[in-house]
Amino acid sequence: MVKMQNWSMKSGMYNSVILLRQCVMPTILFMLLGACGDDYREKLAGRGSHARPVELILNEDGRPVPSVLAEQQELNRDNGEEPQTLDPHLAEGLPSAHILRDLFEGLTAESSEGRIVPGAAIRWNISRDGKTYTFYLRRDALWSNGDPVTAEDFVFGLQRSADPATASKYAQILLPILNAAEVLAGDLPPSELGVFAMDEFTLQISMRDPTPYFLALLSHSSTFPVHRDSVEEHGSAFSRPGNLVSNGAYVLSEWVIRSRVTLVKNQNYWDADNVILEKVNYFQFEDQSTALKRFRAGKLHWTAGVPNNQFKWLQKHYPDELVISPWLGSYFFGFNLEREPFIENPGLRMALILALDRDLLTEKVTQFGELPSYTLVPPGIMDYVSPVPEWAEWTQAEREAEAKRLYAEAGYSEDNPLQFEIRYTAGVNNKKMALAASSLWKQVLGVQSTLLNEEYKVFLQNRERKILTQVFQAGWISDYADPYSFLNLFRTGHGRNDYGYTNSLYDALLDEVAAERIPSRRRRLMYETERLLLADLPFIPLYTYVTKRMVNPRLKGWQSNVMDHHYSKDMYFLKAASDEAPAVLEEIEISETGSEETTTTILLEEIDARGEGDETLLIEQTSQPAEPAGDPETVDPEQELPLEEKESVDPGEIKPPEAGTDDETVLEDSIE
Amino acid sequence: MIKDSGMARYALWRLAGLIPTLLIMITVAFFLMRVAPGGPFDSEKLLPPDIEANLNARYHMDEPLLQQYFRYLSQVAVLDFGPSIQYKDWTVNELIGQGMRVSLTIGLAAMVLAFVFGTLLGITAALRKNTRVDYSLMGVAMLGISVPNFVIAPVLILLLAVYAGWLPAGGWDWGIASMVLPVVTLSLPVTAYIARLTRGSMIEVMHSNFIRSARAKGLPESLVIRRHALRPALLPVISFLGPATAGMISGSVVIERVFSIPGLGSYFVQGALNRDYTLVMGVVIFYGVLIITLNFIVDMIYAWLDPKVRYDAKS
Repeated sequence: MVKMQNWSMKSGMYNSVILLRQCVMPTILFMLLGACGDDYREKLAGRGSHARPVELILNEDGRPVPSVLAEQQELNRDNGEEPQTLDPHLAEGLPSAHILRDLFEGLTAESSEGRIVPGAAIRWNISRDGKTYTFYLRRDALWSNGDPVTAEDFVFGLQRSADPATASKYAQILLPILNAAEVLAGDLPPSELGVFAMDEFTLQISMRDPTPYFLALLSHSSTFPVHRDSVEEHGSAFSRPGNLVSNGAYVLSEWVIRSRVTLVKNQNYWDADNVILEKVNYFQFEDQSTALKRFRAGKLHWTAGVPNNQFKWLQKHYPDELVISPWLGSYFFGFNLEREPFIENPGLRMALILALDRDLLTEKVTQFGELPSYTLVPPGIMDYVSPVPEWAEWTQAEREAEAKRLYAEAGYSEDNPLQFEIRYTAGVNNKKMALAASSLWKQVLGVQSTLLNEEYKVFLQNRERKILTQVFQAGWISDYADPYSFLNLFRTGHGRNDYGYTNSLYDALLDEVAAERIPSRRRRLMYETERLLLADLPFIPLYTYVTKRMVNPRLKGWQSNVMDHHYSKDMYFLKAASDEAPAVLEEIEISETGSEETTTTILLEEIDARGEGDETLLIEQTSQPAEPAGDPETVDPEQELPLEEKESVDPGEIKPPEAGTDDETVLEDSIE
Repeated sequence: MIKDSGMARYALWRLAGLIPTLLIMITVAFFLMRVAPGGPFDSEKLLPPDIEANLNARYHMDEPLLQQYFRYLSQVAVLDFGPSIQYKDWTVNELIGQGMRVSLTIGLAAMVLAFVFGTLLGITAALRKNTRVDYSLMGVAMLGISVPNFVIAPVLILLLAVYAGWLPAGGWDWGIASMVLPVVTLSLPVTAYIARLTRGSMIEVMHSNFIRSARAKGLPESLVIRRHALRPALLPVISFLGPATAGMISGSVVIERVFSIPGLGSYFVQGALNRDYTLVMGVVIFYGVLIITLNFIVDMIYAWLDPKVRYDAKS
C-alpha cells in the first residue's frame, strides 16, 4: 500500500513539473546554442584539423614506398552499429559486412575503386552458355591457422550457406546457382547444390540462369568459405575470438560487445607482404555526434557517417577530412496504385512528380551533395545510363506550369484540393523530406497532404498490405552493381512491390533481361525496361544517396566507390608532413558542436513523440546552417512548411534516440 | 524471538507472491511482443518464402504460439533465455550479463550518491525550514527534477569535458574518469527528488507527538533528530529507493547514448524496435526480477524500520 502511494505521489509530482519542464527545456537549449557561439568555434577551428601528410610516393607496383609510411599503422574505424554477427553466412547489415571483408576472402574480391578482381581464385572460365563457371584457386592461400585454402572449403562454405539449417537470411544471393532454390526449400540435400570440387584447387559452379553479375556476388560474405574443422568443433561459437579461423587479410583478435572489434594482420595471408595496416579497431557508435567528437580528438580515423545538419560547418572547418561520394542507392516516394486517388490517374501522379523541385530538395533539405534524381537506377553502374524523361530537361517553372495544368485536368482546384497521406518512418532526413515535399505540393498545387510518421516495422507492414498507404517513403540500396536489382522491385508479385504496380509487358522485359547474356543487348533491354517504368509513373524519383564520412587525411590507399566497400588491406597511413608526431588533440579540443547536436536531436525526438509539429519546425530551423539569401524565386521549404499539417505518431511507438540517426537506417537491411 | 519469526513469516509470504507475479509478467510480455506488427525478419529487403520458413524454423517461430510460449517457459525455468535473434553470435544471457555489469556499476554508484546527498540536503532543508537555505536548496532540487538528463548531460560535457578538459567526453573503459559524468548525470534528478521527499517527511515527523515527548523529556535536539526523527523520516525515501534503484540499474538509454556506454538500456529499446523477441523477453524478465527483488529488500528494510508493517502482515 505504502509503496503504491509513493508511486502515485511520484507521478503526481512529475506531472506538476511537466509545465516547468516545457518552459525550461527550450530555454536551456538556447542557452546551450548560445554557449557554443562562433567565437569558440573559430578558436577551435585552427587546431581542429588533422596533421597534413607527406607527399605520397609510389613504387612501380603502385604501392607506397616505405619511407613515406608512418611508423604506427593502426586504424580506428567507426563502424556504426554493433555487428550482428561475424558468421559470414548469417551476416546482414553494413557493420558485419565491413568487418567480414577484412576477415575473409571470397573467390572474387574488389579493388579499391570497386572493380571485381581475383580473390581466392586467381582466374576463371565461363562456359559459352554462361551456365558453368570454373575457378582456379591460388595454391599459396592459407587459412589463418596455416591450413591450405582448397576448393573443398568453398564447397563446404556454399553448402553451409544454402543449408536450411543454417537459416541464412542472405542465402538468396545463391539463388542463381543450380539447385540452390531446391536446397533452400529443403527439397534437396545441401550436397546437391551445383558446386563441385574438381580437384584440390579447381572449383566448378553450375548455374540455373546465366547471371551476368555473378562474379560480383562472389565477393559477398554469403559465398565465403569457412574453415570446416573449426565450424564442426565450435558450432555456433566458431565466429568468436580465439575460435575464428579466417582466410582474409586479417584475423579476429578481440570482440568487446557494443564497444569494439579488433582485427590484426593475418601473417598467413597470401598477400601479407603488401598488407600495411597491422591492426584495425572497429568501434561501435550509436551516436554520430559522439563519433565526430572522437574523430576531432584524433582518436578515430574513419567515421561511418556524419551528423545531419552539420554539413556547412564541417565543409568549412574540415574540408580535407569530409568525404562525400555517390552511393548505389535511390531515394524516392512510392504511390499506392491500388488506392484512390492514384488508381488509373497518371496525370495526377505526373503533376505531383513535376511539382517537386529536386534541386531545392537536395540543396536545402538533404544538404550533403545528394544528386537530384529523375530515374530509378542511380548513376555509377558501369556502362549503364538510365533513360532520362523529357521533363528532366525542363526548367522548374515549366514543370510547375505543366503540373498545374495536369492537376486541374484531374479535376482538382483550390476549392476542391487533392488530399492524401504521406507515410514515412523514423530518421531525420525522412521527416524533412516528407515535410518539404508536402509544403512544395501545397505551395505549387494547393494539395493538402497529411504526414504520418510510423515505427519502422509498422511502416513496412502498412506498405506491404497496400490498404492504408497512398504516398510513402521508399528507397533501395543495391547489394551488387546491376540495374536489374532496382528494376526487379517493380515486378508483379515481387515481395517489395508495395506500389501495386503491374504491367505484363514490364514483367516480360524483366524476364528477357534475366535470360540475356550479351552485355550490350542486356543493357539495351534494361534501358527499355526502365523507360517503360518511368512512363508508367508508379513512383516519385527524388535523389541518389551519397556516402558521407570523415577520414583522416593521412590515411591513403582507399578510394570512393559507389558500393562503398573499403578493404582495410588497401589502406595505410602516411607520415605527418611536419617533424613532430601526428597531433593527437587533447580532450579539450573536442567539439562542442557535437554535444549541441545531440541535444537538438534528442529534443526533436522528444517533441516529435509529443506530436507537436510546430515546435519541431522551430527547432529544426535553428539547427539548419544559415542559408545565404539566394534567388528570391527559390523558396526555402523549411519556411514554407504548412503549420496546420498534423503529425500523427503511432501511440505504441517507442522513440529511442535513433541508432544511426540517418535516413539510411530505413534501408539498413537492403544493404549488403 | 517473536520479532524474528514475524519477520521470517513476512519474508516467506512476500516471496511466495514472486512466482505468480513473474509468470503474469512473462505471459503479458510474450504475447504483447507477438501482437506488435512486424517480425524480427521483416526488412526492406525481400525474403523468399523458403528462407523465411527456414528462419522461423530455426527460432521455433513456425510452431503454434501456445507451444512457443510453453517452450519458452520451460527454457526460462532453467534460466536459458536462448540466442538473440539480432546479435546472432551471442546468447541473451551473455548480452544481459555484459550489459548488466556496466549498468550495475553506474546505477549503484549513482544511487549511493543520490541517497547520501539527497537525504543530507533534505534534512538540512527541513531543519532550516522556510529560511533562505531551505528555499535555495529546494529551488535547485526543483530544477534538478525538471531539467531532463538529455539537457544536463551535454551541459556537463560542455563544461567539464570541453571547456575545462577534466574528464573524457564519452566512452567506457572501466576507469573512474569515464564513470564520473554518467554517474553524476544519472544521480542528479534522483538526488533532487530524495531531497524533496526527505524534507517533506522530516518536517511532518518533527511535528508529531512523539518528537514533542522526546523534547519534553529534555533530550538535546541533536539526539531527538538522530534517535527519534531520522528513522520515520526516511521511510518514504526507503520505499522510493526500490523502484528508483531498479530504474537506475536498468540503464538509461539517453545516458548510454550520450556517453557512449554499453549498458542494458539500449538493448531494451533496440530489441523492441528490431522485434528481437528473445532479447526483449530476457531483458523484461531481468528487469522484472530486479524490481521485484529490490522491492522485496525495501519492504524488509521497511518492516525493520516500521513494526506496524510486520504486525499487519501477521494478522
